[in-house]
Amino acid sequence: MTAATTHRPPAPLSPRLTTATTARVLRQLRHDHRTVAMLLVLPSALLGLLYLVWSDVPVRPGQPETFDRIGLTLLGVFPFVVMFLVTSIAMLRERTSGTLERLLTTPLSRPDLLLGYGAAFGLAAAAQALVTVTVATTVYDLDVAGPLVLVVLIAVVDAVLGVALGLLASAFARSEFQAVQFMPVIVLPQFFLCGLLVPREQLAGWLQVVSDVLPLTYAVDALREVGASPEPTGTMWVDVGVVTGAALLALGLAAATLRRRTS
Amino acid sequence: MDAAVTVTDLVVHRGARRVLHEVSCTVPPGRVTGLLGPSGSGKSTLMRAIVGVQQVRSGSVTVLGRPAGAAGLRPRVGYVTQAPSVYADLTVRENARYFAALYGRGAAAADTAIADVGLADAAGQLVEDLSGGQRGRASLACALVGEPELLVLDEPTVGLDPVLRVELWSRFHELADAGTTLVVSSHVMDEAARCDRLLLLREGRLLSDSTPAELRTRTGTDDLEEAFLSLVRAGEEVPA
Repeated sequence: MTAATTHRPPAPLSPRLTTATTARVLRQLRHDHRTVAMLLVLPSALLGLLYLVWSDVPVRPGQPETFDRIGLTLLGVFPFVVMFLVTSIAMLRERTSGTLERLLTTPLSRPDLLLGYGAAFGLAAAAQALVTVTVATTVYDLDVAGPLVLVVLIAVVDAVLGVALGLLASAFARSEFQAVQFMPVIVLPQFFLCGLLVPREQLAGWLQVVSDVLPLTYAVDALREVGASPEPTGTMWVDVGVVTGAALLALGLAAATLRRRTS
Repeated sequence: MDAAVTVTDLVVHRGARRVLHEVSCTVPPGRVTGLLGPSGSGKSTLMRAIVGVQQVRSGSVTVLGRPAGAAGLRPRVGYVTQAPSVYADLTVRENARYFAALYGRGAAAADTAIADVGLADAAGQLVEDLSGGQRGRASLACALVGEPELLVLDEPTVGLDPVLRVELWSRFHELADAGTTLVVSSHVMDEAARCDRLLLLREGRLLSDSTPAELRTRTGTDDLEEAFLSLVRAGEEVPA
């Protein structure tokens, strides 16, 4: 009996181990009832507040309602921000509790671990988006010209982008204090430049260039396309592709920065 | 028979400090090897080097015929860190089943491992609701579940009551009798007598690599604690 025949080295990617990790992360989430409740309810509640803020503001004829424009965009921004934060903290906990070091001695590969996290929080984001989109379109009369399922899809892709960037950022955070502060660093510039506050065409030239390379720009653009057009447009699919690509790139970088050997 | 672990001239730095000074030793297969020494002597660092998560400055560590940390070794080596490394927000059973899945084992293996560490009654409890000793055992169960050929256990008996300690040590010997190689660290010298082989570390240097009997003979005392002290006083190091 030789080692070579009985023990093949672990594959770089194993759907079985990725799924086991996704199930484990979801189980952890399930034990934390308050977090689940907050994940499901908070975006709808905040959107409700925003609805009230604009409810008495007169609309200029021929212009879309401000709430329709901003509310729809926020459907993409919420999952991105929340999943970024949740993931950075979850990964930091893996690091400080010693479970990460232990996982790195098991057959679980680093891409398995990161994809497992991405899938778990992506599923959580899907549940969140279903609730938020339903509440927004029924209770707050949010007007979306395109199919709502696409809004949910874009929200999930945004969430996965948040997870991927959260995993990447957590590699550079040594403490919870640092991890939490990565949120404004990663999120706010993308939010300022995505075209929600000021139309991108009105930005200074170099800021437009920066905006062009930030993935949230494409997420917001995709939502705008769904909001304005009854049929899915080519631009929207390109946008979704760009966000997905950015998420995969960030996951790859996160796997590369996750060190098996530490000092 | 070939050694399960061979450490050659291992040097490890943590920050500016050298924590292991050209340590060389071997771990025989199918035996319980004790890694003993005071807190801060480099025991955990040596264990981390054996499981391949420690950056090393120089020297080599060979585990089951391969360089430590090689991908092919991961299904064959189990590691339990000093602080219990299990998910506090999962139950004991959920933890064991997750690690079982990582080693390609099923739920039955997880239940067996939980029973082996005496936690069957607490299997449905969240780890965060357990006592410190129970958490340590939950952590141990998550390594046993993979039935590894080499088990590296960092201070597994800390905080356990004497009855449980005796039980765990007899469990370790059962595993060794079944062919598992164990490396167990401790800073309690009365556990040294339970090991088949002893590695004594002090300030990152190996003081002795022998059986407890040899150590007693060499130092002329029955008390291993006294033997350790006399080695320290003599300032002698094991010949390379």
